[in-house]
Amino acid sequence: MNVIKNLFSPKKRSRTISLLIVIIAYAILQIMSSTHNISRLLMSLLVPVCAYITAAIGLNLNVGFSGELNLGQAGFMSIGAFTSVIIAGIFNANGIEGIPVLIVCIICGSIMAALIGWLISVPVLKLQGDYLAIVTLAFGQIIMSLINNLYVGLDANGLHFAFVTNNMTLAEGGRMLISGPMGATGVRTVSTLTAGAVLVIIALLIAYNLIDSKSGRAITAARDNRIAAESIGISISKTKTLAFVVSASLGGAAGALYALNYSSFVAAKFDFNSSILLLVYVVLGGLGNMSGTIISTALLVVLPEMLRFLQSYRMLIYAIVLIAIMLISNNETLKTKAEQFRNKLGASKRKGAE
Amino acid sequence: MNYRNLLKTGLAAVMAVSLAACGSSGNGGSDSGSSDGAGSTAALKLGASGPITGNAAVYGLAVQHAAEIAIEEVNAMGGTQLEFNFQDDQADTEKAVAAYNALMDWGMQISLATVTSGSGQAVAPNYAQDNIFGITPSGSSTAVIYRDTVNNTDPYGVLFQMCFTDPNQGTASADYLNTHKELGSKIGIIYRSDDNYSTGIYQTFKAEADKLGLNIVDTETFVDSDTDYSVQVKKIADAGADIVFLPIYYQPASQILVEAEKQGFKPNFFGCDGMDGILTLENFDTSLAEGLYMLTPFSADAEDEKTVNFVKKYTEKYGEVPNQFAADAYDCVYAIKQAIDHAGITADMSTDDITAAMVKEFTSMTFDGITGTSMTWSESGEVSKAPKAVVIENGVYVGVE
Repeated sequence: MNVIKNLFSPKKRSRTISLLIVIIAYAILQIMSSTHNISRLLMSLLVPVCAYITAAIGLNLNVGFSGELNLGQAGFMSIGAFTSVIIAGIFNANGIEGIPVLIVCIICGSIMAALIGWLISVPVLKLQGDYLAIVTLAFGQIIMSLINNLYVGLDANGLHFAFVTNNMTLAEGGRMLISGPMGATGVRTVSTLTAGAVLVIIALLIAYNLIDSKSGRAITAARDNRIAAESIGISISKTKTLAFVVSASLGGAAGALYALNYSSFVAAKFDFNSSILLLVYVVLGGLGNMSGTIISTALLVVLPEMLRFLQSYRMLIYAIVLIAIMLISNNETLKTKAEQFRNKLGASKRKGAE
Repeated sequence: MNYRNLLKTGLAAVMAVSLAACGSSGNGGSDSGSSDGAGSTAALKLGASGPITGNAAVYGLAVQHAAEIAIEEVNAMGGTQLEFNFQDDQADTEKAVAAYNALMDWGMQISLATVTSGSGQAVAPNYAQDNIFGITPSGSSTAVIYRDTVNNTDPYGVLFQMCFTDPNQGTASADYLNTHKELGSKIGIIYRSDDNYSTGIYQTFKAEADKLGLNIVDTETFVDSDTDYSVQVKKIADAGADIVFLPIYYQPASQILVEAEKQGFKPNFFGCDGMDGILTLENFDTSLAEGLYMLTPFSADAEDEKTVNFVKKYTEKYGEVPNQFAADAYDCVYAIKQAIDHAGITADMSTDDITAAMVKEFTSMTFDGITGTSMTWSESGEVSKAPKAVVIENGVYVGVE
């Protein structure tokens, strides 16, 4: 009983709830899929949902928790995705397949994204103001353009790279891993729902451990009052960089999971629109609210697919639903009503306890 | 655990359950084009996906409309009945996989695959895995039918193309310019370097041109977001090109034509099937396209009975002249009908049997349609038909030798 009380103590409540949501949803979906009560359409959406949730949790750390606007999270997904395509290609050529490839790819994808995230954040986060938004916006575009012109081939002699024009000749048995605007082709898919759920749980644990740590308190302090935080010796740029790099690495891990779920995808998939979409998931779920992010991401990825029966009106209805959710979740009257309802419940509960 | 937590967990559970409910009941799809007065034979389920929202919607809509017209005609003939389900994939690889799965939930037996190449290469392995026959009207990349895109070998075997592959267009264009030296001998090229279609044609054009010893004086590139082509046009003009090869879609091509006019640069322009549609582009002075050559399998002003009938119906129903995407889709449906009739395929056969029969028919039959006559297909799924060159004269396509 004490353990449960501890899990739901004010400090750990939101962590426990987020994890519970993931575990319960996973259990239900697992039961459904083992009893074949799930459509192929929904089944095929589960891994991308997990990938988007992981990227959104990362973005929420950066936008919600550290208070810096990031418009390039899809760029980090892209880095993770294409890194893992190359690594998976090398592994497959050496006869290694399956889950180990996925694990190595996710780790390498997140390290690569973290490294590049660190590189771009070091100069930017020394500045005050919305410079990070501008730089990440440009970063997303640059990554997309670079990968759109990148050719990577693999044969017995190793990796071959070409830029803009594909002038490589591969030895017998060689194959293209990334072919410029054609994107990654012939990826062997290994991502599963279980792997996705595990990744989301790990992402949540990383996020909450960071939030509850000494560094996490420093990040909050730097967000809420820069001057006060500096006056007690917190290095603003260091704490903000920490949040940004963790966010980028989660984006990279999400990209790796995403990449190994599709046999082919293009760099243009991770464009400015995708970054904005991730931002929408975070804002709709609530800044700094991980459970909200999970629910809103799952809902917004699945919703347009579930509206397929509407045919031509699909995207119209989707837009209306989106606007309605935004309005309702921000409605002051409803908020007050909900608050009153909650207070009433709290009062009756207290009465019951007496 | 207080009420607030209960509420949150409850909500999560409700969400999961409602998702589940959606999952088991959400396999609806519209059955446009199904016929109800059709004898006792059950309808075969024909699926397709393409962009009907987003940037590339014009292509998806053309295919959807043309396929619906063809299916209406086929069903009205009696005999083979087809039920059509067209899913939106926004020309996006992720949505294409979702659309494919939605079609499989619906029970698709035969497919028009995808409208765009990018979507096509994303779902091709799924078609091979589930062993479903598909013929794409306009997915022209080799990655749609081949696993190995370096050597174009190891075909999926169940996917066929109604359109030329990109490399074929490049080779055919170079061959055409080689035998028609009167159009120009100093070739300039402008292509889009971040586009699969454009780079695919450019690379094979370059290879063939080198082999034939054609004189390429300058090659310029641009990317999707570019809006100004003055530098490229200026450089090509300075290099002294008298024919400019444009393996690009018609929107950027129209801007290049405008820029060339502005600079007083007047070479011959030569494009591929992506140029089709330039005459219907809004706010474009079509007189600038006078004398533009292009390789395209379809011209809407052809006078054979089938084309006239199709163009008339399409124009009446949708108020615009059908483009080559529409024509390819129309041909796909009729080719499928021909194969079904000849092999005697019925809706109660298993998909494995249907696919085996369809593949056998397609690799052995000859088909006459509106995008070419005496078409045949190789075992890897590539179509063989004669490319037609047309030139724009007085605002209409005119066939040239």
